[in-house]
Amino acid sequence: MRHTISVLVENKFGVLARVAGMISGRGFNIDSLNVAPTHDASLSRITIVLNGDEAALDLCIKQLRKLVNVVECSDFKEGQAVARELVLVKVGADSKSRPEIIQITDIFRAKIINMSAESLIIEVIGDEDKVSACLGLLEPFGILELARTGRLALRR
Amino acid sequence: MKKKTNTSPASFPKAEIGREMKGADCVVECLIREGVDVIFAYPGGASQELHQSLARTDKIRTILPRHEQGGSFAAEGYARATGKVGVCMATSGPGATNLVSAIADAYMDSIPLVAITGQVFSKYIGKMAFQETDFFGMTLPIVKHSYLVMDVKELPRIFKEAFYLARSGRPGPVVIDIPKDVQQAKFQPVFPPAVEFRSAYATATQNATDDQLRQVLALIGSAKKPVLYAGGGIISAEAHAELKAFAIKTNVPVATTLMGIGGFPESHPLSMQWFGMHGAAYGNWAVDQCDLLLCFGARFDDRITGDTSKFAAQAKIVHIDIDASEHNKNKRVLLPVVSDIKYALTRLNELAAAQKFAPPDTKAWHAQIATWKRETPFRYDESKHIVPQEAVQALYELTKGDAIITTGVGQHQMWAAQFYRFNEPRRYISSLGLGAMGFGYPAALGAKVACPDKQVIDIDGDGSFVMNIQELATAHIEKIAAKAMILNNQHLGMVVQWEDRFYGSVRGNTILGDESNVGSPDNPAGLYPDFVKIADGFGVKGRRVIKKSELRSAIKEMLDHDGPYVLDVIVPYTEHVLPMIPAGKTVKEMILK
Repeated sequence: MRHTISVLVENKFGVLARVAGMISGRGFNIDSLNVAPTHDASLSRITIVLNGDEAALDLCIKQLRKLVNVVECSDFKEGQAVARELVLVKVGADSKSRPEIIQITDIFRAKIINMSAESLIIEVIGDEDKVSACLGLLEPFGILELARTGRLALRR
Repeated sequence: MKKKTNTSPASFPKAEIGREMKGADCVVECLIREGVDVIFAYPGGASQELHQSLARTDKIRTILPRHEQGGSFAAEGYARATGKVGVCMATSGPGATNLVSAIADAYMDSIPLVAITGQVFSKYIGKMAFQETDFFGMTLPIVKHSYLVMDVKELPRIFKEAFYLARSGRPGPVVIDIPKDVQQAKFQPVFPPAVEFRSAYATATQNATDDQLRQVLALIGSAKKPVLYAGGGIISAEAHAELKAFAIKTNVPVATTLMGIGGFPESHPLSMQWFGMHGAAYGNWAVDQCDLLLCFGARFDDRITGDTSKFAAQAKIVHIDIDASEHNKNKRVLLPVVSDIKYALTRLNELAAAQKFAPPDTKAWHAQIATWKRETPFRYDESKHIVPQEAVQALYELTKGDAIITTGVGQHQMWAAQFYRFNEPRRYISSLGLGAMGFGYPAALGAKVACPDKQVIDIDGDGSFVMNIQELATAHIEKIAAKAMILNNQHLGMVVQWEDRFYGSVRGNTILGDESNVGSPDNPAGLYPDFVKIADGFGVKGRRVIKKSELRSAIKEMLDHDGPYVLDVIVPYTEHVLPMIPAGKTVKEMILK
């Protein structure tokens, strides 16, 4: 099953290593991981997406809570949280293909944030379905490079 | 003007500002404030400043081990014998890496340990400087918590937190890595009055609710075949008196784990000694057939459960533990309760008294256990030679059961637990979760330093003893009268036993002497090495005993000797530790012969 785990941690060195180590040490493969400070600069939120057996993950979360630098840890169930992802994608584009790409961008309420003679960089924000639908349509134009934040989530 | 509040400022503990000092002096000051009276420390370039500061205080005894691993096991022995935080220290790089086994051991057995390491100058960190290792990174999976001190001003807070974390909740090891420039930096320390953590979990004392505990009593009230399964938590929490009162009040028989040995007096009629892979057959049968299993302060280790799906299969299981992550980890239970076990037992006793709890009628169950006990005690066959079990039993009788016993790892470790009887906690000191050979003698040094008026005897194997044999020097120079009784069978006995049982007796590097001339009671000329000569080289008295008729007088001589002593008891290698439940199997597959 796919899980979104949200871990509020103290913003100190080594904390990410402790959290990631706790997860990797139990054989979970992390799909995506995002970490950045919250409104309180002394705290960071780590959002982790992974696939895992329910019981093993439940144990892992209890063990994460034991880490001294972990303030809060929860596994968001379906519907408990809102989730978004930001993707920056560089797509090959010449004067012929550009209008069509711009059209797709508009439909998905994405933004073009950089333009050159051969390519465009597009910013796509949305939930998983929207992002993958948009990327699917951009694919035929040739995706040159891609960077994504992974899932960010907050409890409703 | 400040706002008036209802709380008087005097009721807030105040931080204390110290005189100006070096970081290293501050470390020593922090140790004194935490009540540390002994530290096991081996110096090197990156920890030299700390040793200089230790040399300037008479409040802390600094003991120089002869290997950092010995020093750290000694700190564990000290902690296990007293419940106080054990402290060890090493320099950066190889000094630090030599602490890893003890840190892992303390993590597995929940032992309060603070390990301090010197680190290279902070400007050299990450540059592969001489004797640099990322010790903070290396120890991440085996610590309760750890610190790399990059700012000298943080030292007082970090030490206060480290000691708090090591001994509170479920105890464990804490690493503090201190770069040399931080040790040298001068500053004015501010000693915080208390610890503060952002994590509520770190300081929360979660205790059982009365509702939960009444449920436990109700379950006991309707049980026909109840068993108490008591672990090391009873000892960490100093809850042995409460456990005894509870067991008597409810008339429930008690089987401990190896970690829980002494948590319930083994001479008590309700005691089933300890159970698990090599534990008492009756304890294992009782747990297997019980209808209610009360697991207090234990963690369903695989050496206890064997095949978890068949472990206590008919029982309703109650699991009281301070660590919520232990619940339903290895075994699903009916009633998981997060609580300090001392609180839970104290409150259970109060609730039982208040409701005039009457124990259920379990006469048939007690009669069954008594029969098992009578018919299948721990036993061994007499031989013309000294058998290892007999040596342990003789030691038990001659010390009147009043010694602190430490062990290495292997057959002797099991026999020590089977044939020495323990009526008090903190008397059987052994590396149980990690199973680290070489633990016994250094741990005995630590225990003897902590309890100088007690006999402290390392019951060891000839394999394990050699692993930290250099600590004989520490014993001699520091005048620590810890004794070693080696059950010398010239083999790695436990591995040999598995070879005999599961690998057609093929010897895969399990003979410790010359394979063409293996020593034994029948072949004294082949015995290797000569432990008495080695001890003599270290200035430690020793004696070898081969003849059965001389065993008791030799043990007496060891006990009467005022100083460290090595008693080399030559035993046949053919004895097996029984009973034995093969790994991953069930009680039904227990080997009795």
